[in-house]
Amino acid sequence: MKSITKQKPFDEIKEQLADFDRVFIVGCGTCTTMLKTGGVDQVAEMREKLQELGKRVSGEVVIPTACDEMTEAVMKENSPAIENAACVLVMTCALGVHRLSLYLDRPVIPALDTLFIAMEDTPGYFHEVCAQCGQCVLGETAAICPITACHKGLVNGPCGGTNNGKCEVDKEKDCAWTLIYQRLKEQGRLDLMRRYFPPRNYQVVPRPRTLKIP
Amino acid sequence: MVFRDVLNSGKFVVTSEVAPPKGTNLDNLRHHIDLLKDKVDAINVTDHQSSVMRFPSIGGCLAIKEQGGEPILQMTCRDRNRLALQAELLLAYSRGIRNVLCLTGDAVPVGDHKEAKGVFDLDSVQLLKTIRLLETGKDLGGNDLDGAVEFCAGAIVTPEANPIEPQLIKFEKKVEAGAEFFQTQGIYDLDNFGRFMEYARQFPVKVLAGIILLSSARMAKFMTENVPGIFVPQNLIDELAAAPKGEALSRGIEIAGRMIATLKKDAICDGVHIMAIGREEVVPDILAAAGM
Ligand code: SF4
Ligand code: SF4
Repeated sequence: MKSITKQKPFDEIKEQLADFDRVFIVGCGTCTTMLKTGGVDQVAEMREKLQELGKRVSGEVVIPTACDEMTEAVMKENSPAIENAACVLVMTCALGVHRLSLYLDRPVIPALDTLFIAMEDTPGYFHEVCAQCGQCVLGETAAICPITACHKGLVNGPCGGTNNGKCEVDKEKDCAWTLIYQRLKEQGRLDLMRRYFPPRNYQVVPRPRTLKIP
Repeated sequence: MVFRDVLNSGKFVVTSEVAPPKGTNLDNLRHHIDLLKDKVDAINVTDHQSSVMRFPSIGGCLAIKEQGGEPILQMTCRDRNRLALQAELLLAYSRGIRNVLCLTGDAVPVGDHKEAKGVFDLDSVQLLKTIRLLETGKDLGGNDLDGAVEFCAGAIVTPEANPIEPQLIKFEKKVEAGAEFFQTQGIYDLDNFGRFMEYARQFPVKVLAGIILLSSARMAKFMTENVPGIFVPQNLIDELAAAPKGEALSRGIEIAGRMIATLKKDAICDGVHIMAIGREEVVPDILAAAGM
């Protein structure tokens, strides 16, 4: 599982940093390193760009896995440099931003947009497979998720926009329901596609979603 | 006669459709309604067709009622959640609208508000079931209604879909969910449509073949290449291309009329749904070309 991120347009980062002249930069050694959005190289590039802008970069660190609790220790180690900065620019996914904000009194500014959670199909190709809907139907859809793979998240079969196995929003994108149909057919389980799915429950865990292990 | 009775009368049924304006000037819409209301059995009003924001379908249906026609309210699941859909059905019923066509709705990014949230809280099958539930005096929350609804409910099907089997499975789900009639996506290949009808005949529903007016060879080619579920055979494209300059539209009217006449003469289906897409004023000509 990987958290998929994309760097924000630099103008947006610039605007968010407008009031801060001294910046500490944080990257992550896991997902954003793999995505090339917040690894050692991208953090160094960001440092140079900020310096060109006339900012002072008081330090930088790439945390092994920014979203886990080890992050607290890393923040402590770097506290002199962080205290020297007016804000922390974070090149991790939003989970890392949340984690950091627990330990810092400085403003925390995300440099990335967190897009989705994905699997790496082939090197460098990330594919959203689950939207954490709270009511998994993979058992009835041949392990292809209609909530994420179908543009409209339909559970009762294809819409009228399906065309030669492709989706109406993009001729390059497979229609989820053609894939589900083909795989169920191979498995001799097409009867599952005939089954009526009632309206879904969007409040399985009402937002904000939390869970405590008993 | 109310539309459900027309459907069950055994007569060859004709429906057509109008598109509401982008704005509040209803002159054109009212003009099209006047042209069509006595020529067809019912008029669909599209619901933000192609995800383009417009005057609402229910507003168009009310105009049809005011002008003495029979409306079919098109409802997509793209823009409203289950509360809003149910509420609109209550409003429609209270204002005398008795026919609803249930659709999933086009995707948001194909329209003119590309950054909007697509809702799809329900899908077309669930919307059909919802209508049947509201008719029992209950809503989707399990609560009692003070005054229920009653609708003649329909849906769509794409006989040219490829692969066809997923489409047929969904068709059957719609039948089971309570669809009484189907208006099909535009069809041009009558042999293929005939095969679809042989299959569809086993279900207790009325099928109205979708007739989309071809206005030029270019448009026909464009539709075949770009519109999901539309296939215009090459001989029709050639026929349009061979029309003398300025006469492609009348050739298209002729083709549509000829198809309708064949469907009716050979009793292939129960009727037709004519989509003139922006050229509603020629629908009477199409009917005349069909000998109706
Ligand atoms: S149905 Fe799809 S989105 Fe829901 S839990 Fe299963 S894989 Fe995830
Ligand atoms: S074409 Fe297929 S994937 Fe795309 S919205 Fe329709 S059913 Fe879903």
